[in-house]
Amino acid sequence: MAVKKFAIACYDDEAPLFDAVHKVRHSGYKLHDVYTPFPVHGLDQAMGLKETDLHVAGFIFGITGTSTALGFMSWIFTSDWPINYGGKPFFSLPAMIPITFELTVMFAAVGMVLTYCYLNQIMPGVKKHVFHPRQSDDLFVVVIEVTEGTDEAELMNFLNSTNPVETNVQIAEEGWWYGRFDKEEEYQKQLA
Amino acid sequence: MHLKYESFIREPLVDGNKTYKDVTADICRPIEQKPSKLWYFGLVVSLLFLGFGAFSVFWEVYWGIGVWGINHTIGWGWDITNFVWWVGIGHAGTLISAILLLFRQHWRTGVNRAAEAMTIFAVMCAGQFPIFHMGRVWDAMYVLPLPNTRGPLWPNFNSALLWDVFAISTYFTVSLLFWYSGLIPDFATIRDRAKTKLRKRLYGLASFGWTGTAKNWQRFEALSLVLAGLSTPLVLSVHTIVSFDFATSVIPGWHATIFPPYFVAGAIFSGFAMVNTLLILVRKIYRLEEYITMGHIEAMNKVIVLTGSIVGIAYLTELFMAWYSQVVYEQEAFKWRVLGPYWWSYWAMMTCNVVSPQFFWFKKLRRNIVFSFILSIVVNIGMWFERFVIIATTLYRDYIPSNWSYYSPTWPELGFYLGTFGLFFTCFLLFSKYFPVIAIAEIKFVLKTTGDKAHEDNLALEEKSLEEFIHIAEHAH
Repeated sequence: MAVKKFAIACYDDEAPLFDAVHKVRHSGYKLHDVYTPFPVHGLDQAMGLKETDLHVAGFIFGITGTSTALGFMSWIFTSDWPINYGGKPFFSLPAMIPITFELTVMFAAVGMVLTYCYLNQIMPGVKKHVFHPRQSDDLFVVVIEVTEGTDEAELMNFLNSTNPVETNVQIAEEGWWYGRFDKEEEYQKQLA
Repeated sequence: MHLKYESFIREPLVDGNKTYKDVTADICRPIEQKPSKLWYFGLVVSLLFLGFGAFSVFWEVYWGIGVWGINHTIGWGWDITNFVWWVGIGHAGTLISAILLLFRQHWRTGVNRAAEAMTIFAVMCAGQFPIFHMGRVWDAMYVLPLPNTRGPLWPNFNSALLWDVFAISTYFTVSLLFWYSGLIPDFATIRDRAKTKLRKRLYGLASFGWTGTAKNWQRFEALSLVLAGLSTPLVLSVHTIVSFDFATSVIPGWHATIFPPYFVAGAIFSGFAMVNTLLILVRKIYRLEEYITMGHIEAMNKVIVLTGSIVGIAYLTELFMAWYSQVVYEQEAFKWRVLGPYWWSYWAMMTCNVVSPQFFWFKKLRRNIVFSFILSIVVNIGMWFERFVIIATTLYRDYIPSNWSYYSPTWPELGFYLGTFGLFFTCFLLFSKYFPVIAIAEIKFVLKTTGDKAHEDNLALEEKSLEEFIHIAEHAH
């Protein structure tokens, strides 16, 4: 992706965080993202994010599992190799229910987790820029993109007026790449 | 922004006036410290058991099932007893993670990570038994519906034993996915705190590059909810299918419709007891009593007394139905269970499963750590006897008296069972050293509404008048 400049403001409590997010959205600055150590309810609405459609993927995968199981077993028992098991009927729906149910759940779960990883862009070997080491510990980090048209001094004044614990400006790679977290990246060697 | 309000009179879920920083520091402490001598000792003992188990299994695969004590009459002995025992234990983890999430029981956050890990390791142990009891283990692939050069020859989808294969595989996969997806943010926390290059690299790999954006968390919660919704019927169906291994047969004492609910209640019963056993040790050894509080232990003890009573009612129902049905084979089956040469196992089962959990009706005993620990072990022993009674003491007196026999386990069977304990504790010790035993992000999520500090603040709020309270609530974010 691209290397860009970002300004961050860190908060240690939810109240100033929501305050800041509201102000940023009304200010016209470009809100890149908000990093939190745990899910904060109400933050997606405050940021104007849409609801996720992940459950739809789960449903589709589940239906695939049901049809695969029922279809496959029916084909085997009626067409490919019907066997007379103790006089039981060739097509017996009650006997096929347990496996159908299990395969539904299996397909739905595996498919949904893979979709989740794809959407969140996470995978073993993926590396992303960590704006502050405490963003997964106890700080809520609001990240604003500094474009060519942004007055950096004005932006920093604005951020400092929202009561943050810390603010700074960083150069960072947007998005993700294949990398290791124990190695420093090229762009990190450029100071802000 | 917190839609949940909890009154100060409720017991706090997190003690010690913790901040978010404290939570991270406390839970990461066992991972960041060097392991104690006790940990090394436990690991060595577990590996020894595992080694003996591996040797016993090799012996059985090489020489054949004949080295076991099973015979023509009693075709299933310790192998299937242990299988059902381990699978039953595994169900508590999923129940705590999934069902308690759907019921919005926030107390699950202190125990769910360790309970889910227990589930995965228990299912791994359980899975060994159906595989190795096949004898010709090298033909195990024929159990799966894979195209082959014999027709293709497909498995019998009418068979409860095959339903089991699908159920256990699905259960293992889904539990693993649910557990790991919850671990990803916690690995990111450990990665960001890591001091050595190796840890940064390995936890970086394990964390999948997680950074914790708002959208990521939104999807995380959606995924957790749906996986919980899938796992709940999965728990119920998997142990129902395991019960079908018996219920779909024609053996008196087995062919009964009470088996599915009886088995599911029994699984939850033994699983919660095992969770208690493990967590009482974990909280003491890793000094996490402020996160795994007495309230958590008490809640689990309440579930134990509930499910133990359900299991007791199931036993009485079986006896009643044997009498009421006037089917002489059913009546004889139970007579031989209670009064025959295996009477001692039946009475061990009754004492451990029906009588002992009743002590948990008393609050003083529910909140006593030593008593809870001892009772949790008694319950697990009782549940082992239940599976043994169902299997061996039903098979040993079947329709034809000339078939009647007796079963004693041999050393390879004992070794196999001890080996699974070795596998379980090796995995659990490694888990407790390198993985966070408590869900860090989830504890932080509930800290502001259910921690002791939050309750103290709520006390101040509750002393105001109703109008003032409404005014404050309206003007919060």
